[in-house]
Amino acid sequence: MSDAFRTASGGRIDRARRLAFTFDGRALTGFAGDTLASALIANGVHLVGRSFKYHRPRGIMSAGSDEPNALVTVIRDRARQAPNLRATQVEIYEGLTAISQNRWPSLDFDIGGINDRVSPLLPAGFYYKTFMWPRGFWEKVYEPRIRAAAGLGRVPEGPDPDRYLQRNAHCEVLVIGSGPAGLAAALAAAESGGRVILCDEQNEMGGSLIADHTSSIAGKPAAVWVAETLAQLTAMPRVTLLPRTTAFGYYPHNHLGLVERVTDHLATPDPGQPRERLWQVRAKEVVLASGAIERPLTFPDNDRPGIMLADAAHAYVTRYGAIPGGRAVLATANDSGYRAALALHEAGVEIAAVADLRQAPSGDWLDAARRAGLLVETGATVTGTTGRMRLASVSLARVDGEGGVGGTREIGCDLLLMAGGWTPSVHLFSQSLGKLRFDETLQAYVPGAAPQRIRVAGAAAGIYDLGSALDSGFSAGAAAAGGDGKRNFVVVAAAADTGSVLGSLPHDRDPTKVRAFVDFQNDSTAKDLKLAVREGFRSVEHVKRYTTTGMATDQGKTSNMPMLGILSEAQGKTIPEVGFTTFRPPYTPTTFGNFAGTARGEQFDPVRRTPTHAWAVSQGAVFEDVGLWKRARYFPQRGEDMHAAVLRECRAVRAGVGIFDGSTLGKIEVVGPDAAEFMNRMYVNPWTKLGTGRCRYGIMLREDGFVMDDGVVGRLAPDRFHVTTTTGGAAAVLNMMEDYLQTEWPDLRVWLTSATEQWAVIAVQGPAARAVLEPLVEGIDLSAVALPHMALAEGTICGVPTRLFRVSFTGELGFEINVPSDYGQAVWEAVYAAGIPHGITPYGTESMHVLRAEKGFIIVGQETDGTVTPDDAGLTWAVGKAKPDFVGKRSLSRSGMMDANRKQLVGLMSADNVTVLEEGVQIVADPNQPVPMSVLGHVTSSYLSPSLGHPIALALLAGGRARHGETLHVPMPGGRSIAVQVVPPVFYDPEGTRLNG
Amino acid sequence: MLLIPCPYCGERPELEFRYGGQAHIARPENPAALSEEDWAGFLYMRDNEKGVHAERWRHVHGCARFFNVVRDTTTDRILGSYKAGETRPETLR
Amino acid sequence: MERFSGLSLLRHAFGGHQGWKPFWREPAPKAAYDAVIVGGGGHGIGAAYYLAKEHGLRNIAVLEKGWLGGGNTGRNTTIIRSNYLFPESAALYNHALKLWETLSETLNYNTMYSPRGVLMLAHTVHDVQVFRRHVHANRAAGVDNEWLDAAQCKAFCPPLNISDNIRYPVVGGALQRRGGTARHDAVVWGYARAADAMGVDIIQNCGVTGIRRNAAGAVEGVETERGFIATPKVGVSAAGNTSVVMAMAGLRMPLESYPLQALVSEPVKPDFPCVVMSNTVHAYISQSDKGEMVIGAGTDAYTSYTQRGAMHIASHTLDAICELFPAYRRLRMLRSWGGIVDTTPDRSPIIGKTPVPGLYVNCGWGTGGFKATPGSAHVFAHTIARDEPHPINAPFSLERFRTGRFIDEAAAAAVAH
Repeated sequence: MSDAFRTASGGRIDRARRLAFTFDGRALTGFAGDTLASALIANGVHLVGRSFKYHRPRGIMSAGSDEPNALVTVIRDRARQAPNLRATQVEIYEGLTAISQNRWPSLDFDIGGINDRVSPLLPAGFYYKTFMWPRGFWEKVYEPRIRAAAGLGRVPEGPDPDRYLQRNAHCEVLVIGSGPAGLAAALAAAESGGRVILCDEQNEMGGSLIADHTSSIAGKPAAVWVAETLAQLTAMPRVTLLPRTTAFGYYPHNHLGLVERVTDHLATPDPGQPRERLWQVRAKEVVLASGAIERPLTFPDNDRPGIMLADAAHAYVTRYGAIPGGRAVLATANDSGYRAALALHEAGVEIAAVADLRQAPSGDWLDAARRAGLLVETGATVTGTTGRMRLASVSLARVDGEGGVGGTREIGCDLLLMAGGWTPSVHLFSQSLGKLRFDETLQAYVPGAAPQRIRVAGAAAGIYDLGSALDSGFSAGAAAAGGDGKRNFVVVAAAADTGSVLGSLPHDRDPTKVRAFVDFQNDSTAKDLKLAVREGFRSVEHVKRYTTTGMATDQGKTSNMPMLGILSEAQGKTIPEVGFTTFRPPYTPTTFGNFAGTARGEQFDPVRRTPTHAWAVSQGAVFEDVGLWKRARYFPQRGEDMHAAVLRECRAVRAGVGIFDGSTLGKIEVVGPDAAEFMNRMYVNPWTKLGTGRCRYGIMLREDGFVMDDGVVGRLAPDRFHVTTTTGGAAAVLNMMEDYLQTEWPDLRVWLTSATEQWAVIAVQGPAARAVLEPLVEGIDLSAVALPHMALAEGTICGVPTRLFRVSFTGELGFEINVPSDYGQAVWEAVYAAGIPHGITPYGTESMHVLRAEKGFIIVGQETDGTVTPDDAGLTWAVGKAKPDFVGKRSLSRSGMMDANRKQLVGLMSADNVTVLEEGVQIVADPNQPVPMSVLGHVTSSYLSPSLGHPIALALLAGGRARHGETLHVPMPGGRSIAVQVVPPVFYDPEGTRLNG
Repeated sequence: MLLIPCPYCGERPELEFRYGGQAHIARPENPAALSEEDWAGFLYMRDNEKGVHAERWRHVHGCARFFNVVRDTTTDRILGSYKAGETRPETLR
Repeated sequence: MERFSGLSLLRHAFGGHQGWKPFWREPAPKAAYDAVIVGGGGHGIGAAYYLAKEHGLRNIAVLEKGWLGGGNTGRNTTIIRSNYLFPESAALYNHALKLWETLSETLNYNTMYSPRGVLMLAHTVHDVQVFRRHVHANRAAGVDNEWLDAAQCKAFCPPLNISDNIRYPVVGGALQRRGGTARHDAVVWGYARAADAMGVDIIQNCGVTGIRRNAAGAVEGVETERGFIATPKVGVSAAGNTSVVMAMAGLRMPLESYPLQALVSEPVKPDFPCVVMSNTVHAYISQSDKGEMVIGAGTDAYTSYTQRGAMHIASHTLDAICELFPAYRRLRMLRSWGGIVDTTPDRSPIIGKTPVPGLYVNCGWGTGGFKATPGSAHVFAHTIARDEPHPINAPFSLERFRTGRFIDEAAAAAVAH
């Protein structure tokens, strides 16, 4: 428990709460308030990870979400592993277990490090030029090895047991980022009284002010001002503060995605809490105050553990009291680097040298550094470093006016601070489709024109000076809330400067030998970028893809701008001419679980159940999914498989009576004086002459002439139709009806009502159906004369109002009882009880399919597939020939639709009368022809007919109706084939005597 | 997720709506009189505008009405909406 | 064209990789070409390659308004398969698949075609019927596709959840073993390098602003951001902008352009051995060589050219991914993006002649264009060179929208494809 690398006091850690954790099995301690990175630094641990390609030893480079190197896996248990977390964002808790990644067998000794030794053979894009010989080796030999070497952490071992919740929120102003600009914006917006949400990715709000103990605002130390401001915002009921919440995505119409990390920082999470929460925020206005990211410097061997962004080092010392080194060198292109060096100096770190890249810098910070006795070299550059597992030395040199490099000297040190200037975090602005503009002074892209309601303030807008950042935030917040408030914050702070560097630092070493890393995680170097340019890549998108720069898990936060600088040099173009890559969601990696939320198991999709569902469950029914519905597929009795159950169910229907739940059928009530005319236009059938109390089988086409849906339609009154649709087609049919009614024929006086959920439908089918129902029905004469096939009547059944249809989808005498859904189960049970003496048998969709196939009735979606016309399906008889028009009519006379060789519905019998064909098999004339075969059609339905005792099949066959009697063939695997005979599609009771009984 | 201004109900999230394709493609009065070419034009040919586009939406989980929206397909910005059957306002061109 | 190999890499390593030459030239547009391809994606550059290689047309140019492969070629999830239902589709996609198998050698550029198998999951009785029909149809067409039961699916793809306590349990799947993935950028770069070596001018940052026609209505050239270019033949291969380009010749197209989103996870060590697609729950996933889980979503509801979509569309796909692969809930989305897919009324592409003499079009691939790249490019080149379609693309004419001779894969599968 050495605290050798802690400051004596200060920082935002709680020194009274010591926490134990492990890293790669090593027991360490830190304090509450530490990140894993700060705690490791405080323990003197600097080797934290291995890079992606070369497996180079890497340390901690940043203190935030821009970290490219220090990626770890945090393990709570087997299933609760989280790979690729940034140590700089992981808050430690008692018992935290973290391991390093992408190394084997250990972080110190990693076999993959061989890649580093042979790196001359592995320049950018090497894999495009190699691994092509011999053919077949790519998939079997090369690729598996490349894949094994790639990847970072591992997938957790088992289903994620944690929960993720989602929340929708609306606000007048969403402020992203709680640094000075964000806090000021939130203050101003909140004063308007509107709903304000302020979010920040860090655990503590305040942004750059958290670690700032030199500035003051409104006469108070910055930290005090932050605390007071937060207290003020917290007290306002319409302000929501969301720390640990990353705004990751900016979608159309100011719809933003935020992720709140709820429990990952807790040692023992409350099981009632989700791990993370997705906030979907619809913001009237957005103020983006996401700050800026410091740029690393590009020089040879700039990637060793111990080389760190200056601002990060500053944060480690001042915010966490963690001392990142004993002897440091600062390489800086601007003043802000000095702030870090001075803070380290105060903390007792020896500052061996300050290498200022500028030729003639001056100002307060330089003066302060010199007063503190720091050795400042101007016009300096870094030409290299040594130290494999930890930085050992830095080589500094001087750059003369002509760019010549000389006077190199090596300085022993274990810490090198890089201050390359700042890059505004414009990611979300860019996601909003906002245009970026290159600012020559800042040498950075800043927000330009915004197509959505977004304003950018503070460092994200390139406004680095504290007072100006506060002012800009306040104005943006006030304007977002619809006001014009301004405030001039009185601050005491060092003036910000705009010094920055883009591109490689000059050096005097062989550029073909040294490696200066640009994308640290993906190991892409300045040399790689130049190679891409040499090979003809001009577009920055090409260079990015060829070298993978900016494609690592930090998505280029620290590498994009250095890349642009190097490309600018290599191509001799200005930065704007080089162009830039587009920013896309998410800002930082976002857990899949957030998006899925509670959509798991039954919550994945709504479940629709019929009124008799519980009864079917009690009878042991096996269900199938049809759209959102659960439908009983068959009702197995003890020991039965589906085949046996279907055989029994079908026989029962043919011999006695069966009962079937048809409630899932879509039902639409079409009402109004013009209802018949509307039906005439929507369906192929004629409706004008259909009498009240009569039904007709209706077919609906799409306007392109293909069958869309079918169903029985009953006429309840001259102005009232009860339309049924297929189970899956109900919504689409109603939508299409509404479309024509509202937009093409608004003059028709017709009203449409979905009644699917209003009616339970109980089909009672079989020779004994009438006998079962007669005692239960009042007010309806069920006799064949009074209620013939395709008739309907209204009355009551079991005292419940009913619409009783005499219809049959089985070919037997049949009735479909429509009763209000609430009475569905009661009526079902009453009918079932009344049927027991007649051997009533519940049957499911599978038997329904078999029974109708025996009769040659089609099922839309099985016999039709979106390319079938009424004539193809043998339904020309249903088409109202005299009608001048109906939806789809014109399309039926197109040349391709009249082809005599179109596929038509036929029946098929196996020549041996034994073999049951598989559904979907293909039909050919010559089974011995070479592949690809000339195919005539396919089998749409096939069963062993329980009623006939032999196999039957329906098929769509080219010119099929002219082929009745022909013998054709079904090729099967292994060169086998099955001979089939083409027959008419009605196998059972073709005269229809049974259903008219 | 778009925020769609239903002329009957006001702005609602896209999930309440169903997209209906290009607006102002009227079904011909007498389809039988059309050539195959012209019929195919009605059925399938679309402007697929890159820019300001008049399109149909239906507030299927709301008032269930069809209406027209004018939207810029290069930014998804919605310029306005109007009822089905109305001509496109001059301000939305 | 320098021959790429392990040896050439070694040789250049000794020279510090200073000696590599540009993959392609940066030519200025000439005043006239024998043919011009509009659109520098895989299909367009591929067509230029085959025009030069197989039809001897070398005085040709590819005009790209941005950067090569910057459209859907560089934005898709790189799934390759050919197990389509109708013989016309199977022939087209299988033509492509055969070319994929040797493409790296053909181009001397590693396109990383990796036939790891594409498994399409069935969740309902209806799915089973549809997939079995596919398997039988494919066998007759000479396309490999086999039916696996749920346990076999699990054996082929161990991360798959086949328990029946999910909303739509996996009941089986159709596996095409020759299906897989390839490296999208490499396809474009490989074709471009090889085409350039044969003299094809590949001109980037050269948007076409007009199509000029003569008195007879035939094409006589294109107006571009860099001036007029005379040519008797223009092949439009500009997915995501087809309607815009065709309108320059006065043609309306049966196309609507929708956003299609995709996303990747952070890279993880190899876990996912194949490609899995589920049209029923909308999930498409594979793992890249780099280790990222590559996931495709469905299209957004409305037409748009913004190359981005709504969060709920991506969420819906991740719902399904997390159900089918429950350990992946803890993986994190690293990057998401959108493309613009031109969709036709029957969800099959259009490759062929147009009513304008000298104007040819290759478009309407919807969500499925990448897999067809070499085959599509090959038959498109044939169509341009001979002024008549190759037998493989003859059924994919613009004509079919007049006659009604659809090739409706989507309706036939009752799913998006």
